[in-house]
Amino acid sequence: MVDLAWPDPGDCSILGKRTTRIDGPDKTTGRAKYTFDINRPRMLWAKFATCPYGRAKITALDTSAAEAMPGVVAVEVIASVSTECKVAFQEVAIVAAESEEIAREAARRIKITWEVLEPCVHDDDVDMAGNKAKKGKEQVTDGFDAAIDGAAVVSETEVGCSILTHCCLESHGSMVEVSEQDGKVAVTAWASTQAVSGIGGEFAQAIGVDGSQVHVICQHMGGGFGSKFGADLWGASAAKLAQKTGRPVKVMLERDMEIALAGSRPSAFARMRVGVNDDGAIVAWESAAWGSGGNGGGMGAPGLPYVFGNIPNRKTQTTPIFTNTGGARAWRAPNHPQMCLLTMAALSDAAAELGMDELEFFRKNLELTARADVYREELAIAAERIGWKSKWKSRGEQKGVLRRGLGLAMHTWGGGPHTSNVQCTLHPDGAVEIRCGTQDLGVGARTAIAVVAAETFGLPIDRITVLIGDNRYPASDGSGGSTTIGAISSGTRDACIKAINQVMAAVAPELNAAPEQLVAKEGMVRAAGSTAGGLPFAEACRRLGAQPIVTMGTTQRALASSQVGGVQMAEVEVDCETGIVRMLKMVAVQDCGRIIDLLTTESQVRGAMIMGVCAALYEERVMDPVTGALLNPDMEFYKLAGIADVGELDVHMMQTDAHLKRGVIGIGEPPAISPMAAISNAVANAIGARVKRCPMTPDRVLAALKA
Amino acid sequence: MNAFEYARPTTLAEAVALLSPTEGETALLAGGTDLLSLMKDFVVEPKRVVSLMGIEPLAQITIGNDGLHLGATVTLDALMQSGALNQWAAKWPALWHATAGIKSPQLRAMGTVGGELLQRPRCWYYRRGHGLLAQDAKGESMVASGDHRYHAILGNSGPAKFVHPSSLAPALIACGALAELTSPRGTRTLPVAELYRTPTSSGERETTLALDEVLTAVVLKKPVVKSATYEVRPRQGLDWPLVAAAVALELNGGKVASASVVLGHVAPTPWPVVEAATLVGKTLDDETIAAFAAAALKSATPLKDNAYKVDLAQVAIRRAFKAAMKS
Amino acid sequence: MSQPEQPESASGVSRRRFLKGMGVTALAAGALAPKMPAVAVPNGSANAAPTAPPATRLFGPAPVAVKLQINGKVRELRLEPRVTLLDALRNHLDLTGAKKVCDRATCGACTVIVDGKAIYSCTMLAVEAQGRAIETVEGLAEASGGNSTMQRCFVENDAQQCGFCTPGFVMACESFKRANGSATREQVLSELGGNLCRCGTYHGVANAVADALKLGANGGK
Repeated sequence: MVDLAWPDPGDCSILGKRTTRIDGPDKTTGRAKYTFDINRPRMLWAKFATCPYGRAKITALDTSAAEAMPGVVAVEVIASVSTECKVAFQEVAIVAAESEEIAREAARRIKITWEVLEPCVHDDDVDMAGNKAKKGKEQVTDGFDAAIDGAAVVSETEVGCSILTHCCLESHGSMVEVSEQDGKVAVTAWASTQAVSGIGGEFAQAIGVDGSQVHVICQHMGGGFGSKFGADLWGASAAKLAQKTGRPVKVMLERDMEIALAGSRPSAFARMRVGVNDDGAIVAWESAAWGSGGNGGGMGAPGLPYVFGNIPNRKTQTTPIFTNTGGARAWRAPNHPQMCLLTMAALSDAAAELGMDELEFFRKNLELTARADVYREELAIAAERIGWKSKWKSRGEQKGVLRRGLGLAMHTWGGGPHTSNVQCTLHPDGAVEIRCGTQDLGVGARTAIAVVAAETFGLPIDRITVLIGDNRYPASDGSGGSTTIGAISSGTRDACIKAINQVMAAVAPELNAAPEQLVAKEGMVRAAGSTAGGLPFAEACRRLGAQPIVTMGTTQRALASSQVGGVQMAEVEVDCETGIVRMLKMVAVQDCGRIIDLLTTESQVRGAMIMGVCAALYEERVMDPVTGALLNPDMEFYKLAGIADVGELDVHMMQTDAHLKRGVIGIGEPPAISPMAAISNAVANAIGARVKRCPMTPDRVLAALKA
Repeated sequence: MNAFEYARPTTLAEAVALLSPTEGETALLAGGTDLLSLMKDFVVEPKRVVSLMGIEPLAQITIGNDGLHLGATVTLDALMQSGALNQWAAKWPALWHATAGIKSPQLRAMGTVGGELLQRPRCWYYRRGHGLLAQDAKGESMVASGDHRYHAILGNSGPAKFVHPSSLAPALIACGALAELTSPRGTRTLPVAELYRTPTSSGERETTLALDEVLTAVVLKKPVVKSATYEVRPRQGLDWPLVAAAVALELNGGKVASASVVLGHVAPTPWPVVEAATLVGKTLDDETIAAFAAAALKSATPLKDNAYKVDLAQVAIRRAFKAAMKS
Repeated sequence: MSQPEQPESASGVSRRRFLKGMGVTALAAGALAPKMPAVAVPNGSANAAPTAPPATRLFGPAPVAVKLQINGKVRELRLEPRVTLLDALRNHLDLTGAKKVCDRATCGACTVIVDGKAIYSCTMLAVEAQGRAIETVEGLAEASGGNSTMQRCFVENDAQQCGFCTPGFVMACESFKRANGSATREQVLSELGGNLCRCGTYHGVANAVADALKLGANGGK
């Protein structure tokens, strides 16, 4: 019998090693079919007519020109006359047509007359936002005033970051087919979604059928990052049009709508004061923060100060601003990167004010965090890897045109498992199929399942068939919050253990051993510790008879855990004449418990760091302050880092026995938290001044230098 | 994109005959990277698209004693390939820098010399359908009251606030390039600088070409070995310069015999710096160059939020001078 | 996948026949009539009858016959002239390897190789791609028995996450590799500025190209 517990690392043949992703060849060759790629016979394309302003009322709506166009099959009005649209690109109508080109043009030919109203898009300015800024109550701890007045040094920081949009490369959307099977309506929805098992009901509701009638498929998806949990109005529209026309309908957002509506990360700004003693001990924290996640406000948890939550004397206040812009959606560690930036910048400035090495200052105050030991160890490793000691120069020390700087930041995240059900089918010839209603956002979920199954059965990975991305497989929660890996890995282990133990029980007498003495390794079932004898895996499986055996597993919390800490350090070079910041190197040191696949784990950490480079230096959503129009709904001026912009990316995963013993913990969010803060601190270190806003574009860097 | 009829003539005369003298009716297609994007956003909706890519002579590069002759549909990639092969890069470094600064191999493989010079402004109000001058219902500039971080700091006293997006134009103008044009009325040659103008009313475009006129070639006669282009581009990959400066120098015994300086991305046209004439006879030390750069931007009239470009333009000038003197 | 079949009377072949009968000034007829010039064209195209003034053939706006040479095979389609090469591949030939992301010649997800050069297929009209050798990510795989050197190097270096930028990146890298057999890492980074990734796979991509260069031309196509 095999224990449920993860095997000892020394005994593992594949678990925890670097395994290339099993769907890699499909993706590199173009064989992988994403929702956007699903073409069906007689399929229609649908495109939206939208509001060009941040806030405007529809005074007239004429769809006749669109309806008259050859090739147009259906036009549906979404927002009727007198509706007040509250964000740019809000949907007004949708056109289904024979081709993508016709649908696009017909949507354009819908005549909409507007009464333009004054929008609020001032997410960065409480005064400009007027009554759209909802000032929160001040929270003060006893003794704050005395503490800050008594501090040896009080540093002041003002910093913030712009609204970002998820900008998934595969835009949001669905392809929906409604047909009749055995007198009953059957709906097939290909959806680019992070929640395959969960969104069927949304399609069902849209057209008044039962959830059981909806088959959801998402074999591959082009990014989600927290923005793809629902079918959305776009999926519902596809379903309605498919029902109405009796034809498959594809609704994939154009890039402009994707950037405008399909998810954003709230902005956050703060004025902060940090009181410190001469020895560097932080004694007081004060912050007034504001920001917006669009029409839903913003400034959610975690609060300030971040990570250093035990700073003794605190005064905090937050002001969410409700703007006429597309609403926020979860983004890799919701609100954490922003709060990390605000906190780490303020602490870095305090260190600089004291004239203390930033690393020493953070070390000095680790007891104010919830996991001092974790951070202490990680700081030491990160410092070594970036060469902190030899490279560190105090802030403002450099005078040349090109100045280099170091900065650091720390973060924390949960990452415990959600609930996933996993089915294992073990065929008499030893072939293995794993079914799970999860999805692969690009993180390597499919591969992780295969690794766990291969390790458990002692088989090469190509003997494992992984079937995911389908709501007909056992239900699995949506992929968000770094909750997936702990669930699918432990659920797969559970299902596979149940199957292998049936095999052990069946072959034990023949092998003259007790089932608990048997192991499955290297394609054989044999007594533990022996290298000869036993049965080939397929032979052993045949002993179970002609029928495959089917086992069910589910999330095993004992195999997973939560709560991690991470440290990142950045080295930058700033051209002080142009204000251009160049990334030289970033180091990420991260704890995530037991790793299933080191290769894809490291990839995900690097990806998170790169996302942080984008946020720190390049990307932001730009709204016209007067009309509320979105000015950069494209990838030319909504800027992402390119391959030459990211510098060297060094990843170190904490993998001591103590870490491995914790079990599996998610990695999607944590490394995405610190980069922006670390880079902001590195720039401040280089140029001797805090750049007040991320992205740190040349204008803002030059302004900081002049200040 | 609207539906249109398409023609791919094989001669220039045919092409010209297919063009309408009425704004917006026909569009010339070369590499397509700009035109198709404009059409997808319904900024332009031509009824007829005339491809120049079937006209072979337009795709020719010739290099000889009489200079460098670049057909309008020579791709930027072909231009660079020939620059390496035929050593023109060393004769006109400014043009080489500007071409190499377009950091996407795909864009270089598609984009053409003519298309690059005549691409429409990147102004985000224009691209979102508010017109080249981006005026609101009252005729006020949406740019001035809006977000103009990338907009003009020079030549912006009229209604036009956009910047001309061409990367090659400053280099070509600084090096004294000529443009050859053909229309139903015949051919004409003019300095590249004269292809551009600042529109003053909503009917006008940013070029001086007639609507039925085709840019057929650009010609550089005399090598300008001491020339350079410096672009301030935030990203290392494909990105628009915030500002650019092209410098072309002739030195005589260490002193300036002639100097031409053209700024890019600062005004509705490529912006020749008239003060360059004052450099003649001077020795180009750091101080002189810095003083010149400051003088060149003295007349700048930045909008509320883009004064940083004034600083950047001076940096670009200084760095372009340094590079030109080294080349 | 489907295109409405529209009568061709306003365009294409029938229009050419009409023009041949009427002489070239008939160019002024049709949708553009009131404002279009009626200009005699001096130079004829090669196949024009010597006695009749030649005219440039006009195609569309309704679907016209388009012949594309894709991955070594000739594919015949009927497309509106406005259909881009990307949409022809994806929506009419079900070659969905090239992706639609920015659709404005910025991100590189639509990259295919045309006449040996990586291009953005989102901003090339399909009609303009006629007579040119078009190579897609599917063709690259096929030509090397399912998986080219570059594609294998991408997998081995985990140069992909969601994979949506990957086919375009593969084609850009393949085109780069063919032209720069002995490139340095610096050149690799400098010359792949036409592709963007959102998941952040650049480290893997740079390593994949480096490996593919090491394997050289003999490591497969």
